[in-house]
Amino acid sequence: MAVARDIPLPHADEVPAIPDLRHSFSDRRSLRNTVLTVLLWAVSLLAAVPLISVLAMLVIRGGGRLGLELFTELPPAGFEPGGGFGNAVVGTLVMVAIASLFSVPFGILGGVFLGVVAPESRLADATRFIAKVLTGFPSILAGVFVYAWLVLAMGTYSAIAGGAALAVLMLPTVMLTAEQSVRMVPQRMKDAAHGMGCTDAQMVWKVVLPTALPGILTGIMLAVAGAAGNSAPLLFTALFSNYWIGSFTEPTASLAILIYNFSGMPFPNQIELAWAASLVLVLIVLVFNIASRLVGSSKV
Amino acid sequence: MTLVEDFVRTARPRPVAAPAPEPAIDARIDKVWYGKFLAVRDSHIAIGKNRITGFIGPSGCGKSTVLRSLNRMNDLIPSFSLEGHVRFLGQDIYARNIDPVVVRRHIGMVFQQPNPFSMSIFENVAFGLRLNRYRGDYQQRVEYALRRAGLWDEVKDKLKQNGLALSGGQQQRLCIARAIATEPTVLLMDEPCSALDPIATRIIEELMLDLKKDYTVVIVTHNMQQAMRVADTTAFYSVDITGGGRTGFLCEAGPTRQIFEDPREELTKRYISGEFS
Repeated sequence: MAVARDIPLPHADEVPAIPDLRHSFSDRRSLRNTVLTVLLWAVSLLAAVPLISVLAMLVIRGGGRLGLELFTELPPAGFEPGGGFGNAVVGTLVMVAIASLFSVPFGILGGVFLGVVAPESRLADATRFIAKVLTGFPSILAGVFVYAWLVLAMGTYSAIAGGAALAVLMLPTVMLTAEQSVRMVPQRMKDAAHGMGCTDAQMVWKVVLPTALPGILTGIMLAVAGAAGNSAPLLFTALFSNYWIGSFTEPTASLAILIYNFSGMPFPNQIELAWAASLVLVLIVLVFNIASRLVGSSKV
Repeated sequence: MTLVEDFVRTARPRPVAAPAPEPAIDARIDKVWYGKFLAVRDSHIAIGKNRITGFIGPSGCGKSTVLRSLNRMNDLIPSFSLEGHVRFLGQDIYARNIDPVVVRRHIGMVFQQPNPFSMSIFENVAFGLRLNRYRGDYQQRVEYALRRAGLWDEVKDKLKQNGLALSGGQQQRLCIARAIATEPTVLLMDEPCSALDPIATRIIEELMLDLKKDYTVVIVTHNMQQAMRVADTTAFYSVDITGGGRTGFLCEAGPTRQIFEDPREELTKRYISGEFS
């Protein structure tokens, strides 16, 4: 390749002026920069106002009742003072656990199918599309669906039905995040696994899933956090109960329904409890979100 | 060039007309197809036991394709098909009753990009042992493999650290340790140094010369000097672009010194002298 050495630089004979490199605030470009930066800060703060005010209101109105008795006592009746919602906390955790029991294994296996086994197949395209539709699915319809399938068949509202309704909502989130995470596992790692003499199944179990684990866990945590705060699907499936959960096949209390019930009551004690329950629910969701951040960032 | 001459003199003091031992791999590949694309034709080469065989040639000449055909890595590409035979210690690995997974456990591979798993250094090396349900002293086998790969002294105090935290050259040596931990018969290396700096490259080349005592090594390299330094036998691949396609073929193979000093084929001569790459 010939280098064009002989072509003279344009204006080679002019003496170059020393450019002014100092900061100038009156310059149009720098002025615009400042204005836009200030604007962005203002808008961001504005966007944070509703979020922070909701949290502040929860802390102010519900924080006063926060105490151990909330978790150990049952909801009070009409004019009874004190009380708590221990059964609702337990009920929520139980139903979320049941939902995870269904949605996590199926979600992960589905994600592996979508991400590794047959990413290009028609079945995968269809599944992916349906899962995406399902993520935006009105949660009350999940409740109605499970009501028709389980509650009517079992003849009773139950924790199982509540868990199933939440599972329907969690499944697409778990599956799609699992797909994303297994896709992020570099191809060269999969090649290495094959090169070592792994079967496809061994490659998935020994290399892909362990590598993708933090991402998969993040998806599970987010799905759990979303499910814990959901009330609509539980209205038709778990209903509510004023007592501790005795079996999985009886109506079961949950925080979300308790908030819904108590907030409409004419008794100040119940309204206070509804606020406290809201705060507890937000804290539970917060714990799961933080946990998802922690496991997500533990990736190398 | 003194380094190279040094190597040529010291590394291979074997008689010129050594009796050819039974090859570890006798590859008689007539055609390799990717769908309708003919990627390689006429590549008949015997891979000598406990020798280093180097594949050189311009880009797209099919040397990696041939290499990956030797342990059926190409089977992972759905459109791949092969005409011909590849005999590994007498058995045709493309025969119907052969399990490619088992083939790969005997013919290990080191890739162009270092690709350790996202797990501890120890677990990386132990991976193949666990895969083969090895019952024995893992500690000892892992240490041995890491020593053979020349990595032990650098990592012995941090075996629990993630393998991805090592430098590129160390990662590649970790991959070599991982590959040799299960004692494969043959080690295929697909441009193992192309992502490494010259010092790491030298270390790995010295490693290869040490490994050939116990293993048969096949290395694809883009770097002719590297082939001169390490290979006992060199195979030169070229590309045939007649008819609009790009089909690689084995142009010439022989003892490394002969290929570089006295090539028989005009194409080899031109490639060696740097006329094209």
